[in-house]
Formats: sequence, structure tokens, C-alpha cells
Amino acid sequence: MTVTDLCTPLSHEVLFLRAGDRVTLSGMVYTARDEAHIRMQEKGIPFDPCGAVVYHCGPVIRDGRIIAAGPTTSARLNALTGFLLDNGVKGLIGKGGMSRQVVDQLRNRGVYLAFTGGCAALAAARMKLRGGFYEDLGMAEAVWAIELDHLPLVVAIDASGNDLFEGVARNAQQQFKKRFRERKEVVD
Amino acid sequence: MISPTDPALLSAISKATCEALKQAEIFLPPDVVGAIRNARDCETSEIARGELDNILANLKMAEDLSVPICQDTGVPVIYLTVPPDLPVTNDLFEAVNQGVRTATDTVPLRPNVVLPLSRENTRDNTGPRMPDIHVRPGEKLSVTALPKGAGAENMSRIHMLLPSEKDQIPKFVAETMLLAGGKPCPPVILGVGIGGTFDGSAALAKEALLDPIDEMTPYEREILAAVNSLGIGSMGLGGSITALAVKVKTAGCHTASLPVAVNVQCWACRRATVEVCR
Repeated sequence: MTVTDLCTPLSHEVLFLRAGDRVTLSGMVYTARDEAHIRMQEKGIPFDPCGAVVYHCGPVIRDGRIIAAGPTTSARLNALTGFLLDNGVKGLIGKGGMSRQVVDQLRNRGVYLAFTGGCAALAAARMKLRGGFYEDLGMAEAVWAIELDHLPLVVAIDASGNDLFEGVARNAQQQFKKRFRERKEVVD
Repeated sequence: MISPTDPALLSAISKATCEALKQAEIFLPPDVVGAIRNARDCETSEIARGELDNILANLKMAEDLSVPICQDTGVPVIYLTVPPDLPVTNDLFEAVNQGVRTATDTVPLRPNVVLPLSRENTRDNTGPRMPDIHVRPGEKLSVTALPKGAGAENMSRIHMLLPSEKDQIPKFVAETMLLAGGKPCPPVILGVGIGGTFDGSAALAKEALLDPIDEMTPYEREILAAVNSLGIGSMGLGGSITALAVKVKTAGCHTASLPVAVNVQCWACRRATVEVCR
């Protein structure tokens, strides 16, 4: 499988990515969890949102260095993501996928990129801390400007409404029903 | 009998606790690394293979940089093995607590422990009945650390089955992963406690995670096959390997009950044992 190298700020190129594509991402991204999303909604986005990428992550930072920075569960931000996309954000990075509402909000605008859960050391090795906003929210909840160097990601939700997680969940449901129904019939 | 208040002994217990936590956070045990490598070779989905490649690269990076594998460094679950000549006193527990505080500061660990209702962070990963300390009798004094992250722990389940529902156990375990999907960071390891009491089955399920995963009984393999048939795959992106292993532990139970607990563990099955130098 080919790997597409992407750089921020993202352009309309992301509209051509397909769910299941592997990419690497370089350039500036901005971390944000629950508190940061709420603050940005109230007080404004502290970075240029045009083509920007938001990373769902609460890093461990010590002495201006990133020690560990794996992804957090994106679903917590389902209801807080629309305004970012309305303002021009074109990429989200996280783990576990997002709701149908966000899948629809991403249509013709941007993509959701999955990063491997727990890979905090790998992530930190490919990141440089470049600045921070809203640091009063605390280390995990602040908005950190981080420069990425070829972070390996998978397009999990594309700009055409395709969602890898949804397909997998549907299939798992079918397999479960099939396996345990068949088993019962054998017993009968 | 050795005096449990001997400051040198207490300090050695603190040191061993800190060291066990540090080792667990940075290096995965060889049986777990072997199972992840094996999964990488057997996985049929190309996307999932990419995820497993990331996990293997991450393990090497954590080792090279001497940093925690995952930013969720968990809550400290500790198994203390105590030899016959040492009385179990509060001093031993306080020595373990001190080891947790030192590890939090020096590894460093993310301060994850909060008070459950006020959500106030204790800042040093200790608190009321935390670390969670389990004492077992043994020959040598040792500390085993099993730091447990929240993503997988939150997907764990317990169910009081009827004694006639023994055949429903594989279904209950598979259903646990069906509900969890990609949330517990698969490929997972499932600790299954069968029997005992309501709380005892949960403790058994957690203890099962201490057992090496490079061997499984036919029953454990049967449950594993049921889980893997769901196709959830690494990180819920789809694939043939959703769980690396299922480990079962059993205990005697009431003739009218059949408690079953499933403790979900992400791929980072962090555990390390350090003997206390006496």
C-alpha cells in the first residue's frame, strides 16, 4: 500500500483521501481535549484554523520537552467539533473514531486520522514542542503547538462519508449474532 | 521474626516498588512482545498490520529513550509476596506507597489518582486504598507491579450467571469485546475470573493478567476464537486479531452461583516483579 506524505496546513488534497489510506503527517498541529474545545468555543481559536489539524491528546511535558503524547478517545469531543470545521480546520487526529454527526460535518471539508492508541513514545520521538495556549487549563488540557515529523496515521473517516470504525462495528455485530445463534441451534 | 519496622527493610520495599513500576512502564514482558510480533505475522488486514508495526516501533522507542510506553501510566496495582518470617503490617503498605510516590516523580508517571466524587487529584498516585495492594504468601519478599490504564479497565464487566448457564461464558466474554470495540486499544488480553464471590471473581480476572500468555488451555483458546471471530482488529480498524490471549482463573463458588468477570487489558500488558534486597 502506498503511503501519502501530508504537510500542514492541509489543502483541498484531503478531499481525495479515502478511508483506509495510510498517510504520514508533518508540520504544526494543535492538541485539544474537552476543556480546550470549550475554551476555544467561548474565547476563540488561538491559532490560524485555515487548513489546521487538531490532535486529541493530553501530552506529558517536562522542561519544554514532550515525554509522551499518544492519542486520547475522540468520541468525547463529538459534540464539540463542529465549530472547528466551520472555521476551516481540515484534519482531526485521535483514536477510536467519532459519531455520525462528525462524519457528516467532515463531508467535503476534512478527514479524521487514526493514530495507534498507546504509542506515546513513538509519537513523542516525532514531535517538537513549539508553543502553548490556554496553559492555565493544565498540562493535559492546554492547547499545545507541536511540530510533527512524519507521524504515521490511517485515514479512518474520509471527506465522502466513509467511516472504517462504523463498518467494523456493524460486521462485529453480525458475526456475534451468527456465531452464538448457530451455537444454540447445535445444542438444540 | 524480622521486625517490620526495620527502616532499611522498609526503604528496600519502597525501592523495589519504584523499580517494579519503572520496569513495567518502560519494558513489556517477553511473552507479550512475542504475542504482538506473532500477531503482526498472522494478521490478515494490512491496516491492522500497520497498527501493530507502530506498536512494535513504539516499544523500541520507549526502551531506547527510557520513557513510558503509554502516556496513560495507569493506577498502581501491586501484588506483594510476603515470606513466612515477615509479619504483614501497615508499615509494609506505607513503604509501597512511598515507592509509588517516588516512581511518580522520577519515571515520571502521570498523576492519575483522584478522589472518586470530588475528582480532586492527589498528585502522587496514592490515595485512600490506592495503590491497590494484594498480599500473597510466598518464599521470597517481592513486589509485582501491574499498572492499569483506564481505557481498557473501563470496558471490564462482571455478571452473576445462573449455575445452568456455564455454556454462556464464551458469549459473555465475546459480548464484552463487542461492546468495547476499539475503545480498549486492541489487540487486548482478557483476564477471565470464574467462580468465587462477586468481588472475588473480579480479583481473579485481574490476577489472570499476571499469567504468561504464551500458553493457553483448550478452553481459553475456544474463548479466544470466539472473540477474534468478531473482526474488530487492532484499534477497532478491523482485522483478524482482536485479542492476543484469554487467561482464565477459577475458584470454588456457591452451588447456586456462577460469577464471571472479564478484566480487559490493552496490548500494553505492563507487569514486572522485583525481589526486595534484604
